[in-house]
Amino acid sequence: MKRHAFTLGLASALVVMGHLAHAADLRIGLQDDPDTLDPDQGRTFVGRIVFAAMCDKLVDITPELKIIPALATGWKWSDDGKALSMDLRQGVTFQDGEKFDAEAVKYNIERSQTLPESRRKSEVKSIASVEVNGPYSVTFHLKAPDATLLAQLADRAGMMVAPEVAKKEGDKFGLNPVCVGPYKFQSRVAQDKIVLVKDPNYYDAKDYHFDKVTYLPIPDTTVRLANLRAGDLDMIERLAATDVKSAEKDPKLVVKKATSLGYQGITFNIGNGAMAKNPFGEKAKLRQALSLSIDRNAINQVVFNGAFEPGNQPFPPGSKWYDKAFPVQPQNIAEAKKLLQEAGDPHPELTVQVTNNPVQMQLMQVIQSMAAQSGIKIKIVAKEFATLLKDQTTGDFEASQIGWSGRIDPDGNIYSFVVTGAGLNDGHYSNPQVDALLNKARLTTDDAVRKQSYDAAQAILLKQLPIVYLYHPVWIWALNKKIEGFTPYPDGMIRLKGVKFAG
Amino acid sequence: MSTVLTELSPLPRRENRAWKKLRANPAALVGFVLVAFFILIAIAAPILPIDSPIATSWTEVRKPPSALHWFGTDDIGRDILSRMIWGARASLLAGVISVAIAVALGVPLGVAAGYLRGWTDAAISRMTEALLAAPFLILAIALAAFLGPSLTNAMIAIGLSAMPVFIRLSRAQTMDVLTEDYVESAHAIGIGHVALVWRYILPNIFPPILVQATLSIANAIIAEASLSFLGLGQQPPAPSWGSMLNVAKNFLDQSPWMALWPGIAIFLVVLGFNLVGDGLRDALDPRDT
Amino acid sequence: MLGFILRRLLIAIPTILMISVFVFSLQKLLPGDPVLAMAGEERDPATIAFLRQKYHLNDPVPEQYARWVLAAAHGDLGISLRTNQPVLQLIEEKLPVTIQLAIMAMIVALVIGLPAGVLSAYRRNTWVDWLSNAVALSGLSIPNFWLGIMLILLVSVRLGWLPASGYVSPWVDPWRSIQVMLMPAFVLGTGLAASLMRHTRSAMLGVLKSDYVRTARAKGLSERSVLVKHALRNALVPVVTVTTLLFGELLGGAVLTEQIFTIPGFGKLVVDAVFTRDYAVVQGIVLCTGVAFIAMNLLADVAYRLLNPRMRDQ
Repeated sequence: MKRHAFTLGLASALVVMGHLAHAADLRIGLQDDPDTLDPDQGRTFVGRIVFAAMCDKLVDITPELKIIPALATGWKWSDDGKALSMDLRQGVTFQDGEKFDAEAVKYNIERSQTLPESRRKSEVKSIASVEVNGPYSVTFHLKAPDATLLAQLADRAGMMVAPEVAKKEGDKFGLNPVCVGPYKFQSRVAQDKIVLVKDPNYYDAKDYHFDKVTYLPIPDTTVRLANLRAGDLDMIERLAATDVKSAEKDPKLVVKKATSLGYQGITFNIGNGAMAKNPFGEKAKLRQALSLSIDRNAINQVVFNGAFEPGNQPFPPGSKWYDKAFPVQPQNIAEAKKLLQEAGDPHPELTVQVTNNPVQMQLMQVIQSMAAQSGIKIKIVAKEFATLLKDQTTGDFEASQIGWSGRIDPDGNIYSFVVTGAGLNDGHYSNPQVDALLNKARLTTDDAVRKQSYDAAQAILLKQLPIVYLYHPVWIWALNKKIEGFTPYPDGMIRLKGVKFAG
Repeated sequence: MSTVLTELSPLPRRENRAWKKLRANPAALVGFVLVAFFILIAIAAPILPIDSPIATSWTEVRKPPSALHWFGTDDIGRDILSRMIWGARASLLAGVISVAIAVALGVPLGVAAGYLRGWTDAAISRMTEALLAAPFLILAIALAAFLGPSLTNAMIAIGLSAMPVFIRLSRAQTMDVLTEDYVESAHAIGIGHVALVWRYILPNIFPPILVQATLSIANAIIAEASLSFLGLGQQPPAPSWGSMLNVAKNFLDQSPWMALWPGIAIFLVVLGFNLVGDGLRDALDPRDT
Repeated sequence: MLGFILRRLLIAIPTILMISVFVFSLQKLLPGDPVLAMAGEERDPATIAFLRQKYHLNDPVPEQYARWVLAAAHGDLGISLRTNQPVLQLIEEKLPVTIQLAIMAMIVALVIGLPAGVLSAYRRNTWVDWLSNAVALSGLSIPNFWLGIMLILLVSVRLGWLPASGYVSPWVDPWRSIQVMLMPAFVLGTGLAASLMRHTRSAMLGVLKSDYVRTARAKGLSERSVLVKHALRNALVPVVTVTTLLFGELLGGAVLTEQIFTIPGFGKLVVDAVFTRDYAVVQGIVLCTGVAFIAMNLLADVAYRLLNPRMRDQ
């Protein structure tokens, strides 16, 4: 034991010296400690950030959200939209040396579907079977056309884990993950750090410039920034919006931003149990009045120092799926009061539950104060997330301030939340017209046709307001100036291709 | 122990003397004035000529102290001075009542454990250990869920979690006092249990309990904030010093005044209570003639 | 004395059991659903049902508890629902860190608190007394997060003297390990020093007026020896009580301080576990803190007997 410690000490001394010598170690500060590092079981955003350097996907996205080749070099839809064929990259190995081929892809999709602990089931639900056409060619046969599938394969469902290891480890795979990817898993200490080292056999190894990448969870934003300033970190994700100005002033730092795919909003209980019988659950006019009372630009200025993006739809205003016929409305207290009068309820009361994080509490207090101007009395109930989620699914809420991290495909931001009986429709909103439009949008890969369906659905939803959208977060990274080649992506991931230290 | 006999003198006279001693102690007076000041502004909050503590102004967000806002404004443009004054209510209540609960429950249990020993001691001590080992967070979430959110319930939660130290202190002190000669002689001349506890043990455990109580007030004021965060305690937008500190945490760099005022207030209140505690301690010290 | 300690160690086992029942049932009473939070954003119903079954969450609570206890008796504390890591491994990782921080913080607290308490009682109502009281009480009122962040901004960012974070085990690099822990230990220690100082002062004030101090002085002993050997020894009962309790609390993890200095101890682990209803992790840590408090209380009772030999068991 003692000797073990001694050799460890020696090794770490060497590591420290090595660090000084060529300093090709990248240290990234994360906001949270990731959950299990199994792409099929992972569910946290920070976990995806680690995967981005460790587990390649079949396809990837550009910052403009175009799907581009990754482990799949090309793909083709059948005419009926029920089969997707892919050609796979050749000469690729998993981080343990195992060969990557069509069989591995088949195994991976089936693992996402059948591993009992899999959190990917709904993402690959449309796949009926995977056919191996050749060593580097597969076809996904679908139950019905699914326009969202490629986007799913650009995320965790499309990450390829090493079949032999996964078979052996089962649900414990995340303790020692092996994928195809530029950096392989080395070690993890919960709440402390995750260490990845470069895989020299990675097919594109020349574009990755660090020997080691360490992720350190540091939940406090002020502290995360202080660590970056002190030089203990090279890069941090989710810089607080209110810290942007001071970070931009720091000559040693660079700030990068990208509007996220997600949103924050207020979900109303419209038909989920007895609590739905409240004025706001029953009358769309009250919801409209609340939405009109909210000054979304002021929220952005007050809570986020103007760094985020105000919004009123599930897609940010810059997205091609955003319906320009319904721009973000300015605050209109007079109109809101009129609506309340029409609804026969000039002083309604609403209880809104909110996660107990300081920023969301601040947001709700701003909204509370705005709503009071038109006579709406909001009561804020802070809950920790586990309770909030439970109360939301069981219908034990009037309204809930909650958000969505966002998906590449528009379907992922809207379908599950408003279609009758869909998985995340906690307010139990139900409208056959909306159901029909959103189901139709899934069947075609023609974006123009899909946009028509989404626009038509928006026209209804923005009147009924089962969800009042508030804003779209902006991902903000702060980097040491010596880092070159970092590209911000709207999915908030940190892609390390081409990223390196200057000089 | 020459003081044994004077100790047997009737209680009222000692209290008079205590009051005299307290008044003659300048430090205690300062403490008394401090505490009284904060209690007064807490009571007078509705009639003081100040802004509403919940009035927001989007153009006055996180502004440093100025002629208009003497203490500056907070993260959503509210006047910090008015929030400090209104927040005094929740914070003083949380600080004082929850410590009172802890003392009222903890001291009898501790004295019982130290005086009776044996199974009583074992039971009370093991219960204390269980209470200590259970994370405060779990207790707080459970209480928030079952009792519902209110300041009173927050005070109960804080009081319960602050109780073990009072049990341990009074137990140890009781055991210590019981070994004194004068207690043994008092016992020998046939003084009953109740009288023994009342006359000898309580006055002797008083000093450490007072010290601990005045110290615990600071923790209780800060704990109230973490509870209001779990939905227990003061509900937004109503202010408390603890929750003001909590919010200020994210703005330490850019808006240091947000943390400064509640920090100073907590310091002054705790200082005040400690000085009063010292004064009381001296005034009631049986050995001080 | 030995018999007393042995007896107490025997009682420890049922005590631990009782604590674990208490915390287990408390956890099961909590609102919220562990599986719902774990199921991922999509909350697939089949996965939720499976996870409930896998972790036996549908079984009656007593049965769940019995299963946990039986496994624990065999040294298996279960796995974390959140990260799939074995709880035992998590504890092995965190416990040394927590102990190191607790010891260093306690040293800071004792080094500041005891002498300040003795001096301010001895030099009562002088500037020494006033200054120590003011400093101690500010240590108590200044929130740890504030002091911590200020220290990082000053010492690490501005001056670059100490690292802001990056825990290293003392077995790997003792010097750096102490460097990294210095600021957090200071932040925690100053808060605790206030309690120690105030209790020491109060107890010393009582003792300094007592007959045996008068006797000791009359015997012509040096002031130093009167203070330390006679007075302090007799004043220590409440100080021991408070010290052992505070140390026990430190062993439960110091959430805020750990978070600010990114120290991978129990504090953050237990908070995350409570929030995600990761009950196996909570149980495992409570087991450790339970043992810590039992040990501390035992230590206190032993210390009382050493300080006052007449305080025997009845």
